[in-house]
Amino acid sequence: MKRHVLPGLRLSLGLTLFYVGLIVVLPLAALAVKAASLGPADYWSIVSSPRAVASYRVTVLAALGATVFNLFFGLALAWVLTRYRFPGRRIVDAMVDLPFALPTAVAGISLTALFSVHGWFGAALAPLGISVAYTPLGILVAMTFTSLPFIVRTVQPVLEDLDPALEEAAQSLGGSDFTIFRKVILPLLSPALLAGTSLSFARSLGEFGAIIFIAGNQPMKTEITALLIFIRLEEYDYQAAAAIASVLLIAAFLMLAVTNALQARALRYTVKG
Amino acid sequence: MSHTRHGRKPPRVGDHPLFRRSLIGIVLVLGALLILAPLIVIGVEAFRQGWQAYIATLAHPDTRHAIMMTVVTALIAVPVNTAFGIAAAWSITKFDFPGKRLLLVVIEIPFSVSPIVAGVAYLFVYGLQGLFGPWLDQHDIKILFALPGIVLASMFVTAPFVARELIPLMQAQGRDLEEAATSLGASGWRTFLAVTLPNIKWALLYGVVLCNARVMGEFGAVSIVSGNIRGQTNTLPLHIELLYHDYQAAGAFASASILAVIAVFTIIAKVALERRGAGRRKVLASPPASEGTRP
Repeated sequence: MKRHVLPGLRLSLGLTLFYVGLIVVLPLAALAVKAASLGPADYWSIVSSPRAVASYRVTVLAALGATVFNLFFGLALAWVLTRYRFPGRRIVDAMVDLPFALPTAVAGISLTALFSVHGWFGAALAPLGISVAYTPLGILVAMTFTSLPFIVRTVQPVLEDLDPALEEAAQSLGGSDFTIFRKVILPLLSPALLAGTSLSFARSLGEFGAIIFIAGNQPMKTEITALLIFIRLEEYDYQAAAAIASVLLIAAFLMLAVTNALQARALRYTVKG
Repeated sequence: MSHTRHGRKPPRVGDHPLFRRSLIGIVLVLGALLILAPLIVIGVEAFRQGWQAYIATLAHPDTRHAIMMTVVTALIAVPVNTAFGIAAAWSITKFDFPGKRLLLVVIEIPFSVSPIVAGVAYLFVYGLQGLFGPWLDQHDIKILFALPGIVLASMFVTAPFVARELIPLMQAQGRDLEEAATSLGASGWRTFLAVTLPNIKWALLYGVVLCNARVMGEFGAVSIVSGNIRGQTNTLPLHIELLYHDYQAAGAFASASILAVIAVFTIIAKVALERRGAGRRKVLASPPASEGTRP
């Protein structure tokens, strides 16, 4: 049998490799080279400086908070959208994508308007002594908004395809709803939940636009890593910007590896059954 | 199965009316607070100073220029990324070659890289401190702090958008139809236009719509490579930031309202295309290595 009967391999693959090389690989390689040119001692002193470490701390903690919230809320949202029928369900389903469709800068100023002291939410929370805007909590809120769709959209298809017979079998054995959810449904959802969680967390680590408006951006307190890179650039400290950016890049690659592994696992479960 | 559609189905897990109602209630309230309120507040703030102020902001030369920059960027970046997406999907799904799995991963990289990191990376290619910067400077070619830089950074952040819609779909559709067409004498282009394209048009459009929304809304990467020059290299999201930090909140929200309207139309288009079967295979974004390498 002759392979490659179809034409266009050289053209399409050539174009693809050229584009990926020019647009994706070259810039990231240039960044890596720039960061590597620092030498281990200088590199380490930049990426482990107190201000940088404080920025990792606030970024990772806020991202964890946002992801945990979205884990519960996203699962509940996916559950409600697939299991129940109620008026307006399709509209709610469509609205889940708004955080992806709405530009991050727009989300940033609108969340700030909501949560500032005079805003709808800010004014309601002020008597309780909770301030969100210009605090680490604001970072968490912005990350929650921008990464909200990930878990819903990874869990939804798995919930839709869940075989009712499994639940029926568990019910006939006398399991309570909660037990069946915990012992039968949750294990089936967990690969998708994990994949969605890692996507959501990765997105939050790199988020910039939505956060800088609401965060207050105080060094050591509410300064995220992405902003610190931006500030180093404005100070013309290109080496520091490259070094700290490389930390975010390494974190992104780690998350990509984790997500790919989890997705492959999720596929094994959902496709092969 | 013993249960007919109209027969009495046994209640499924979580169907207890009290649980059901409270869960729907909680989710709707939280959804309204988290998703709907941010959208509504844009409209409220945009018209805080009345219609005239709203129109005046949009008619201001700086705003009009920012809108134009955003539209021009999208008009270049989206078609180029669409062509790339088609080429990538064609090569990956119609042929077998070593390194395919790696190529798939590399295409998806921009999806997980922070836009700020992307912007910095472009600085080290085309900036004065970068690879080509000094040479470009000598030849008086401006890439950074000008339209080409904005377009390039936008292409980076949206590179996977069309490809990731087409690859799983074309993978699932296989190669038989195309192989039949070419064996009957059709040229490659004719095969693509007459056989492949009709099968992928909705998924293609879906990817284009999402790509366009992201290009028009990109902020982080563009804010680094554009230089933020008012009336020159400001796109709409950058213009919003500028007005906001100038204490012109109403103007910022007026400009934001344009992007919010685009976002709503994007969602409507997305739902319409999903009804035609596009976008259903998201989980399969990275197909397993074994696919397409069968003997």
